[in-house]
Amino acid sequence: MSRLAPGHRGCAGCCDAMAANFVLEAVGDDAIVVNPTGCLEVMTTPYPESSWEVPWIHSLFENTAVVAVGIEAALRALGRKGDTKVIAMGGDGATVDIGIRGISGAFERGDDITYVCIDNEAYMNTGVQRSGATPFNASTSTSPPGSQSFGNSRPKKNMPAIIVAHGSPYVATTSISYPKDMIRKVKKAVDIEGPTYIHVHAPCATGWRFDSSKTVEIGKLAVETALWPLYEIEDGEIASVRKVKKPKPVEEYLKAQGRFKHLFTMEGGKEEISKIQDIADWNVKHYGLL
Amino acid sequence: MSGKMTVVEGSYAVAHSVKVCRPNVISAYPITPQTHIVEDLSQFMADGEIPNCEYINVESEFSALSALIGASATGARTYSSTSSQGLELMHEVLFNASGMRLPIVMTIVNRAVSAPISIWNDHQDSISQRDTGWIQLYAENLQEMSDMTAQAFKVAEDKDVMLPAMVCMDGFILSHVFEPVILLEQELTDEFLPTYGPEHILDTSNPLSFGAFADPSAYTEFRYLQQKGMDVALGKIEKAAEDFKKIFGRYYGGLIEPYMAEDAEILLMAMGSVVGTIKDVVDKARSQGIKVGLIKVRTFRPFPVEAIHSAVSDAAIVVTLDKNISIGLNEGALFTEVKSCLYNSDISVPVMGFMLGHGGRDIPMSTIQMIIDKAAQAIKSGIKVESEYADLRGELL
Ligand SMILES: Cc1ncc(C[n+]2csc(CCOP(=O)(O)OP(=O)(O)O)c2C)c(N)n1
Ligand code: SF4
Ligand SMILES: [Mg+2]
Repeated sequence: MSRLAPGHRGCAGCCDAMAANFVLEAVGDDAIVVNPTGCLEVMTTPYPESSWEVPWIHSLFENTAVVAVGIEAALRALGRKGDTKVIAMGGDGATVDIGIRGISGAFERGDDITYVCIDNEAYMNTGVQRSGATPFNASTSTSPPGSQSFGNSRPKKNMPAIIVAHGSPYVATTSISYPKDMIRKVKKAVDIEGPTYIHVHAPCATGWRFDSSKTVEIGKLAVETALWPLYEIEDGEIASVRKVKKPKPVEEYLKAQGRFKHLFTMEGGKEEISKIQDIADWNVKHYGLL
Repeated sequence: MSGKMTVVEGSYAVAHSVKVCRPNVISAYPITPQTHIVEDLSQFMADGEIPNCEYINVESEFSALSALIGASATGARTYSSTSSQGLELMHEVLFNASGMRLPIVMTIVNRAVSAPISIWNDHQDSISQRDTGWIQLYAENLQEMSDMTAQAFKVAEDKDVMLPAMVCMDGFILSHVFEPVILLEQELTDEFLPTYGPEHILDTSNPLSFGAFADPSAYTEFRYLQQKGMDVALGKIEKAAEDFKKIFGRYYGGLIEPYMAEDAEILLMAMGSVVGTIKDVVDKARSQGIKVGLIKVRTFRPFPVEAIHSAVSDAAIVVTLDKNISIGLNEGALFTEVKSCLYNSDISVPVMGFMLGHGGRDIPMSTIQMIIDKAAQAIKSGIKVESEYADLRGELL
């Protein structure tokens, strides 16, 4: 079973390290991994050390998918493809923002790679700036609350839907708080030919401001409040959904994190929280979570 | 030795050279005037003429080069081609390819950069990338361009070099012109160019990490070693030209090609297709008894300092011709670099710089003649203006 070798430089309770470990556990040794610039890359490969026991490459922040495409093409051209899986694993910034062009190209062409987005909902590596995956009203260093703002003014970009629109055979959401779910989905994704996509919710203790012992708990609350629905979409159709029998109120999730703390103290915060509840309610209806 | 001439378009000659070099992964994005090269390669692919090769039709130049980073690191021989805006879009990836010591070969079909937008030729695009750690070669004509393409793979992939290479040809002037060319024969090319087998690759049976994070304790040495690779490349470029001559019987000089240079008082220096025009003017001037010669610079990176030293030492004046400008310095790159490599040397020769042919402006023989006249004047009465445009249309200003 491959894992990240011990000694990496991640924070205690690091979500990116957990996500990487589950991916490695799912795919085994016959894999080549591509990482963009970001927390995972920086913490695992301080030269001359490396935590990676599979072949690994980091090129730039915004070209992860297409570096993977090049590797896959080379393996085929050189007659070395066999069962080797090529996996691009990037942060939310690398995925939904700066790297989206290359991802779109790969998915439109149908290249045989699996792309895993490790979504910790901000640019953590550079100090918690907002990304297109930062949730509505979250406080980050570039979306701070103030007299004119409740924090990040837009909801998360729906990246899985964008990938579905490319005609990908398999798109799934998962969370590091549900390792079995995650490992099963990653296994499935790499075994399907063509471009497949896994979007992993990854609570970051440092960036979201909660105690590092609570990473898994926070991830569970996201699912249990219906703010992060877990589903699989195969050939454009919803194939499975993790039911949430009685969704918890979003406050339970929000109050556990420093990045939403202002909503509980600012005037008008209540209405803002109810807008977040609307997002959860929409998820319940749209994905049929009940 | 080879022989059969065919009349082909410049782009076709390059595409053919790429084909017989047996690339494993090609990735490119169309831009005028590079398009015919990638179209010809696409046709070769469609006709099954390039075995063991994948062609990735990417959505941008940024991705074209990025895909080749992955492919080259996996052990593939890799090729791309671009021009102007496409090359500028690749800027970040260029540094990355050379820093990871990936010997990607790329044809640059030289074109001016926007704004104002222009599809016509000058060298601003590739010159602007000179510090990215890529070898840069410039071809004078189609035959040299054909041959240089194979030479570039050989030099770039040499285990003591391991640096990416740009082979530059003038947009339209070379890419779209039809000329008789001896297309590279497959058999001879196989004899000239060994298969690519790098020491370090992405391979699941021997996992390695590429592209690690270097802190201040290690970064400098990576840069230093890139420069060492460039130093080695100087000799390897000459060697590749010699090896090529043995097999194909054609030779253009290694780093530079002197033309009527030996006893020249006025020594012109230039790169690319303008060299052909200059040679005609030199011939004419020689017939009138004017001692003019020419140094064609084939290799701009690594910069051939020693070769230039020995070529210019006896001249009365050196005159550079540049299809690019460093705005803010008002000099072309060849001018700046030739001056710089002479400073602190024991050669004392004045250098004058002319910029011309920007954005595709035609360079007639009369412009070169005017430059020679100015140089002759400068020998007599000293250099009045160090660097200036030779073909400025004052009436537009
Ligand atoms: C072209 C470019 N722009 C900006 C950066 C700076 N940068 C490095 S990592 C990063 C954020 C990474 O965020 P994400 O992809 O979400 O990964 P995380 O660190 O959060 O896991 C940024 C902005 C860069 N390396 N390259
Ligand atoms: S900031 Fe977050 S993602 Fe980055 S190393 Fe720390 S816990 Fe991991
Ligand atoms: Mg992030």
